Amino acid sequence: MSSAQPKYLKLSGLEPLVVTPESNFINVGERTNVTGSRKFLRLIKEENYEEALDVARDQVEGGAQILDVNMDEGMLDGKKAMVKFLNLIASEPDIARIPIMIDSSKWEIIEAGLQVVQGKCVVNSISLKEGEDEFVRQAKLVKRYGAAVIVMAFDEIGQADTYERRIEICERSYNILVDIVKFPPEDIIFDPNIFPVATGMEEHRLNALDFFNATKWIRENLPFANVSGGVSNVSFSFRGNNVVREAINSAFLYHAIQHGMNLGIVNPTLLEVYDEIPKELLQHVEDVLFDRHDDATENLLAFAETLKGQKKESVSKVLEWRNDPLQDRITHALVKGIDEFIIEDVEEARSTSKKPIDVIEGHLMTGMNVVGDLFGSGKMFLPQVVKSARVMKKAVAYLQPFIEAEKDGAVESAGKILMATVKGDVHDIGKNIVSVVLGCNNYEIIDLGVMVPPETIIEKAISEKVDIIGLSGLITPSLDEMVYLSKAMKKENLSIPLIIGGATTSKAHTSVKIAPNYNHTVVHINDASRAVTVVGNLLKADNQVYKTQIREEYDKFREQFLKRGKRKEYITIDEARKNKFQIHWNASEIVKPKELGIQVIEDFDIVDLEGYIDWTPFFRSWDLHGKFPEILGDEVVGKQAQDLYDDAQHLLNEVFKKKLLTAKAVFGLFPANTVNDDDIELSTALEQTNELSPRALPSSKYILNEDSLRSKSRGLTRFLTLRQQLKKREGVPNFALADFIAPKESGIQDYIGAFCVTTGFGTQELAAQYEADNDDYNSIMIKALADRLAEAFAEYLHKEVRTKHWCYAKDEALSNDELIKESYKGIRPAPGYPACPDHLEKKTIWELLQVEETIGVKLTESLAMWPASSVSGYYFANPEARYFGLGKITEDQVEDYAKRRQISLEASKKWLNPNLAET
Amino acid sequence: MSTILNEIQQRILVLDGAMGTMLQRYNFSEEDFRGERFKNYPTPLKGNNDLLSITQPEAIAEVHRKYFDAGADIVETNTFSGTTIAMADYQMEDLVYELNYESAKIAKKVADEFTKANPEKPRFVAGSIGPTNKTASMSPDVNKPDYRAITFEELRVAYKEQVEALIDGGVDVLLVETIFDTLNAKAALFAIEEVKEERGVNIPIMVSGTITDASGRTLSGQTVEAFLTSVSHVPLLSVGFNCALGAKQLQPYLQRLSNRTSFYTSAHPNAGLPNAFGEYDQSPEEMQVLIEAYLKDGLINVIGGCCGTTPGHIRAIAEVAKNYKPRRVVVGV
Repeated sequence: MSSAQPKYLKLSGLEPLVVTPESNFINVGERTNVTGSRKFLRLIKEENYEEALDVARDQVEGGAQILDVNMDEGMLDGKKAMVKFLNLIASEPDIARIPIMIDSSKWEIIEAGLQVVQGKCVVNSISLKEGEDEFVRQAKLVKRYGAAVIVMAFDEIGQADTYERRIEICERSYNILVDIVKFPPEDIIFDPNIFPVATGMEEHRLNALDFFNATKWIRENLPFANVSGGVSNVSFSFRGNNVVREAINSAFLYHAIQHGMNLGIVNPTLLEVYDEIPKELLQHVEDVLFDRHDDATENLLAFAETLKGQKKESVSKVLEWRNDPLQDRITHALVKGIDEFIIEDVEEARSTSKKPIDVIEGHLMTGMNVVGDLFGSGKMFLPQVVKSARVMKKAVAYLQPFIEAEKDGAVESAGKILMATVKGDVHDIGKNIVSVVLGCNNYEIIDLGVMVPPETIIEKAISEKVDIIGLSGLITPSLDEMVYLSKAMKKENLSIPLIIGGATTSKAHTSVKIAPNYNHTVVHINDASRAVTVVGNLLKADNQVYKTQIREEYDKFREQFLKRGKRKEYITIDEARKNKFQIHWNASEIVKPKELGIQVIEDFDIVDLEGYIDWTPFFRSWDLHGKFPEILGDEVVGKQAQDLYDDAQHLLNEVFKKKLLTAKAVFGLFPANTVNDDDIELSTALEQTNELSPRALPSSKYILNEDSLRSKSRGLTRFLTLRQQLKKREGVPNFALADFIAPKESGIQDYIGAFCVTTGFGTQELAAQYEADNDDYNSIMIKALADRLAEAFAEYLHKEVRTKHWCYAKDEALSNDELIKESYKGIRPAPGYPACPDHLEKKTIWELLQVEETIGVKLTESLAMWPASSVSGYYFANPEARYFGLGKITEDQVEDYAKRRQISLEASKKWLNPNLAET
Repeated sequence: MSTILNEIQQRILVLDGAMGTMLQRYNFSEEDFRGERFKNYPTPLKGNNDLLSITQPEAIAEVHRKYFDAGADIVETNTFSGTTIAMADYQMEDLVYELNYESAKIAKKVADEFTKANPEKPRFVAGSIGPTNKTASMSPDVNKPDYRAITFEELRVAYKEQVEALIDGGVDVLLVETIFDTLNAKAALFAIEEVKEERGVNIPIMVSGTITDASGRTLSGQTVEAFLTSVSHVPLLSVGFNCALGAKQLQPYLQRLSNRTSFYTSAHPNAGLPNAFGEYDQSPEEMQVLIEAYLKDGLINVIGGCCGTTPGHIRAIAEVAKNYKPRRVVVGV
């Protein structure tokens, strides 16, 4: 860039400001200055920032192009006030639109201000007053913070008050800035000091003229530098006589601009239009400004007397919109985020409405819909919408008592709604809007904020007993988080309706990716006003119809979407097999089980399970929601939880002491390999008889099942696994459990386990006994405890297998918490659950382990286990093994499965029905 | 060896594509993320992509290699979240220096291999400096508009540590990118200027903002021109935009930027807008056509890809970029 090219001062708020010769004069609003405005000082002292912001807004609406902010007052913590006010301005887009001038005589306040403004500001001011070193230091920092700077004509000696002193100091400052600091010359703004005229003092006669001439000299001799000044100062001696004051201000400004001043600190609402200054008054004023004759001041003073008390028509901007019809005013206030009149407007609306709630649902929602439309079409942007929401909140807060009175006494919240922006996402404005709008509609909002991990959402949802969970996110990875959460909610057996919102969310994504994971209500909402309707319907006492409707609507939508979409949702089973999860078998560590074969644990001492109980679900089954043990200290349910826990402990002790429940288990570890991609072939033949020699377990009886094993044809059993067929994005495999076992062709011998545990024997009898005694409490209690014990037994046995029998993790040392969180290596998926929804696999396990014969657990017709407090599944030891959901599969896999299972296609479809893709 | 400043005057430089998209393909498990070293780390580490520079350095090098192979002149270090602020999520604040240093080393090593093999086309490494996960000019709480979750000073300190490590690791240029809050970026630039002064080095700086939506503004509400004005106090190698929008949606903003800056310009748009599933499905061929429109209009000096772009996209972009002359710097007001 050559220096011949013009360089213009460029500043920015949310919008840019370029100071070119065509921009004539840049108007700096001065009312947000505690030294210049008593009102503003009072507002700041009283911490009435809301009104202080109105002062700023008034300046912007009155035409200010830069906003001067000054907090230099002895009684104020200037730094704190500056930061707070600038932060508040940042959330007022109507104000933040224009650049900020950070005005202070204290460097620390200036620097604090520079640290909170994103746009390019102006620092007002620095000077040579404290010497060259400090001047250079400050200028360097101003440059590094990316601001322009006002340089006062002030040096070590004092303030420049003559033409010569003005140009001397400005030239020296300029040279230091440009040559030493390398400050961009176009970012330098000189303030050559505007002093009052017509003071009656001889030495002040040239105050205006010297300023004009110095300005001209600077503009001609210091390339690209700008000139600014505090204009109102010039008329200081006419305080109280606004007609004269404004005339002086205007005339001075007019001529200063002619001489090259291109910025000025003016109160735009205290400025007469130059052309409208009465001729005679103008004549007197200009005589003073240019010191045209010795008695210019006398004449002006005399003339001013004749004008005193003359009421001048206010030039301050008339708020024309205040004359509009009521709805327009409310809409305007919401769109512009102006809360100054909202109370009076809302009151007017209330007095003409049948019910106060009608104002919210009518006037205010109409306004909010306009906000929504403008936002949607890119005509409003986020910070403005937040402002609108705040006005809304204020309006609703005003209406609240009326609504409550209407309802005759204290109102309860219409429902509790948890709102959260999902993990990894910081965008919460949409969520906040929905929160506010729902809050406006009498719902209690529990807002967890942003980047909320799924565990926290679920934990809070349970502990706070929320009625609805609302999730929000803007960035695309948030979609996955929502999917994840929906799965986690299902895992937790929650039934709370889930509402999805946020920029990248869609009904398609919600219906296709989220709704299927969660068997309760999932709704996508794209705007806040719809949120009210949906939430209202969901929380009606009789909401079953609505919920069913939603479910059907989404199922149908999903179906149609998948049909219509050109995107191929599912791949063929052959393709899916090609895209299987790859384990590098040569590198994978496969541990041969220390004890191959089947072992039975009979009459296990349940006392040993005490430490393995996960109590949290126990409390949940009693409708006490919260994590154990924290729940015992919970403010609300703590007492109840503690009582329940004591009772449970009491009963558990009974159970332990009197051995009321029997724990039994059977498990087996076998050589296995994957064959034909999806089948796991187990070798139950006893070629390696040594490996299958009996081993005694503590308090257990070992049954060597040699005979029954031998009786099996070929000594081979197969687990049939199902493979995901949903089309995955590149690099994401289509899982089947078989992927976690080495394929036969790898030549590597792998292993698999299977198990069934029960603690259910005795439960039924005990429960029946309690019921007979009309003791429903203990009847439910014993069932709940038996369930917990079964889960604990499964956890315990898995640990024993990992560390002792299979022994692939013998050094594992995990606490119960870690066990509950499944922090260990390897998985124990259960038939009937997402990774292997095929219940028929239980039959295979039953035959393999002879479950019924050994421990007596039966399978019902529909393949449920009896007694109910039983758990069965497989053991996969590979560290890469993980839980996944099968999802939907297509016809080709079902056909293939029918052949493998050697059952009819019809029967296959029946068993796999929940997982069949819609075709 | 030729510097990036020499090269940018002669041709359009191609920046790489998405790192995250490529890393997803490796399907790294929690254990992979941990490696041996962080086996027992107390927090879950899966998803901490920056950490892979330490635990899976080969994968990171491989991604860089793929992009260079596709024709990229510049690759970005795997350090998008390499500040104490972003790493706090994983309680890995203490690792920030090492993460950045190692990431820079890995990228530089691969760049040197390619430069050696073909000295006619020298390759460069840009130290990626992300926005962190906090905003300095917006409140996360609608009811407390004056509240800030992070201060300029905290950002400056965090960025400084990242910058020093990137420079120590040998990056050729620093890239302050995905700027959604200009105040954050200003803190980064402040830190960079400090380091430059303290060390007497003059490393080039690229700055890339993010226009979030149809309003044509950054998330913090600034227009293209306001954003440009707010970051132009530092001598930049280039200024541009990335992320959030696809090449097509970005073009008008790029045009406005190009008209108004005397710095070189850059763009690394996403592979289109995400579909209903949050996936980017614009093909390399589709993106190539859109990028060619930039080139025809002479908008660009540095071009690459952001979310959803792959070596395929970069190859397509590089193919077309070599047929056009770089943007000439002509400034309006």
